Amino acid sequence: MTDSQTVTSGAITAADGTPLKKKLAQALFRSRVRAVSLVVPLFAFVMASFVIPIFALMWQGVYNDRFSTYTPNLTEQLTAWDGLAEPGEALFAALVSDLKTARKDRTIGRIATRVNQEYPGTRSLFTSTARKAKKLRAPFKESVIKTNKKWANIEIWRAMKLTSQDLTPSFYATALDGRYTVDKGFVAQNENRQIYVKLFWRTLLISASVMGLCLLLGYPVAYLLATLPLRTSNLLMIMVLLPFWTSLLVRTTAWIAILQSQGVINDLMVAVGITADDSRFSLIYNMTGTIIAMTHILLPFMILPLYSVMKTIPPSYMRAARSLGATPTAAFIRVYAPQTIPGIGAGGLLVFILAIGYYITPALVGGQDGQLISNMIAYHMQKSLNWSLAAALGGILLAGVLLLYWIYDRVIGIDNMKLG
Amino acid sequence: MSGLTKKLIAIAGASVFVGSTAVAADLTVVSWGGAYTKSQVEAYHKPWMAKTGKTIVSEDYGGGIAEIKAQVESGNVTWDVVDVELSDAIRACDEGLLEPIDHSTLPPAPDGTPATEDFLPGTLHDCAVANIVWSSVYAYDSSKVRNWNAPKTMADFFDTKAFPGKRGMRKSPKVTMEFALIADGVPTSEVYDVLGTEEGIARAFAKLDTIKEDVVWWEAGAQPPQLLADGEVVFSTAWNGRVFNAKNAEGQPFEMVWDGQIYDLDLFVIPKGSKNKEAALDFVAFSTATEQLAAQASWISYGPARASSEARIGTFHSDSSIKMADHMPTAAANFKNALQNDFEFWADNADQLNERFNAWLAK
Repeated sequence: MTDSQTVTSGAITAADGTPLKKKLAQALFRSRVRAVSLVVPLFAFVMASFVIPIFALMWQGVYNDRFSTYTPNLTEQLTAWDGLAEPGEALFAALVSDLKTARKDRTIGRIATRVNQEYPGTRSLFTSTARKAKKLRAPFKESVIKTNKKWANIEIWRAMKLTSQDLTPSFYATALDGRYTVDKGFVAQNENRQIYVKLFWRTLLISASVMGLCLLLGYPVAYLLATLPLRTSNLLMIMVLLPFWTSLLVRTTAWIAILQSQGVINDLMVAVGITADDSRFSLIYNMTGTIIAMTHILLPFMILPLYSVMKTIPPSYMRAARSLGATPTAAFIRVYAPQTIPGIGAGGLLVFILAIGYYITPALVGGQDGQLISNMIAYHMQKSLNWSLAAALGGILLAGVLLLYWIYDRVIGIDNMKLG
Repeated sequence: MSGLTKKLIAIAGASVFVGSTAVAADLTVVSWGGAYTKSQVEAYHKPWMAKTGKTIVSEDYGGGIAEIKAQVESGNVTWDVVDVELSDAIRACDEGLLEPIDHSTLPPAPDGTPATEDFLPGTLHDCAVANIVWSSVYAYDSSKVRNWNAPKTMADFFDTKAFPGKRGMRKSPKVTMEFALIADGVPTSEVYDVLGTEEGIARAFAKLDTIKEDVVWWEAGAQPPQLLADGEVVFSTAWNGRVFNAKNAEGQPFEMVWDGQIYDLDLFVIPKGSKNKEAALDFVAFSTATEQLAAQASWISYGPARASSEARIGTFHSDSSIKMADHMPTAAANFKNALQNDFEFWADNADQLNERFNAWLAK
């Protein structure tokens, strides 16, 4: 005992003789490892199921090796070609040899689909020429053009040159209603095919309107929830939560039953005499229907953050303001409302971000002018199988949301947000 | 707390159980759901299961080849037989997503005609075997149109003066643009030639412009009968089998107009790498035999893809007074002015026309 005391006279030691500082560090390290190991499964899950797939998909928006993988010879020749001179015999020979292999391996569809995305109307040109490729003999330029004179069109070759580059800006160009060309760089898309920019703006507009409407409708409800006596406010809370717990599809189809031209609201208006039987309002299958249904579905996401913030505001503040001579309006605007800003920010951001990616409701009730960009993304994922274009559209949408988030942070401050 | 834990374990256990039954099935057959899948279960699945003693799990999907592509490319193929449209069958085959099907394994007709001659022209492909011919037509609710003359032609669908009211149309350029040209007076034999030109596309959109304000756009095949029944629209384009079933199984007063119908095929395909390929091939050969195709026709009004089945088409399963042969897209009275959907045209132009169609809608 006396020995150990003399040895470590300078520092305090633990019972086994190691310095306390070291021992403490050990203990802290152990608890830190324990804490980290508790988080590891979640972290791994988020990485594997969320971060990596998102990046993999985003990568597809600029990288597509479908063409070059299945046409090694042609890709080599196209890289050497400047895209301006008439395509020569070497290119045609490479085309024929790759088409032969592609026909045999059943990969011709993949090549044709990729070029068709760049130059519409060429898919059958590839598949039909591939069927005849085995019989083609040199000189290939002549014999290929003889099977179909479209091959003499230099634009098709330029499109192939573009598709042979794995790293390509052309999907982002398409997603922004443009086209990337070999000879002129970026040009605007033909006017009658411009759709995506318009849809992005409409998505923003609808999301902003839904957010505004949710705030307008949700604020008084949240106020009542926070201030009414417990018994009544509980009942009100259940009425807010019940639809929240109901299936999205059920709620959307319920709105169809209510809003359609032979629906409850129109029947009522005809019965009361507001409108004639043959001029019923069209409240659904258009933008109005989308906004109404989305506002209802997203309302709880506005009410709940607002409620949680309002609950923490002591009623005595308002009473104090009144007793100091403020009118009810002034007291509300200058004392109460500023304290609810964290809730407004949280609810607004939540509703806006959910609305911007909304898919199923606009698909069901959107009709012709209530579609959002997400419906287009779904189309390219599921129907046209142009995943790269879907990725580009999704990438732009994600960038837009991040930009808005950044603006929000600069203007209001993300620290001010309160979710619950 | 322990009660909750128990519940969670039960739920987890149940899902494992569900998962294992799906694995235990000998064959997974995927189709379009509703009355159509029911007709296949009755005419194909049940007899095949009785014959082989194997089990079939039936799944529904909404068409397209996205799922097949995802399964084949990820190497985890869980579907064995899929019912697809012609354009999708060709495209998936070209992209190497399907197993080739040897036509010599298909059973001959009862009179000995080999399968390759018995199947209707254009219904056999390298990777696909057709089972039915279906059609896009338009339908109306006869109880709501008493003060009109009955509509007879495709032009009537676009005539909102003589037949006022909303129209239901599929939100897709496919079929919609062909209907517009047929209504505008283009003979069915020239529709795709006209649609292949810039003027033809403009002409189709110009015709659609005349009713744009009156159109309710639908997306799922179950919607048109619903829109008609709700009175939301007076006319709607629809798939003929759905209208037939709404009329005869549910008693809705719907009538179909066959003029300008656009017919297409549904085919069986086998995704590449199917784990039950042998059983899948056997199922396809069994289902597309003369007897089975004829049996399916008594459940839904889609025409069999074999010539030898036509003579054997019976009556509607729940009402023996309805002769199914009269209600097929291919029945002589219905087939007078019909157009076959041109899969090659749409394979080339679907992307482009879809963008133009959406741009037109948003205008």
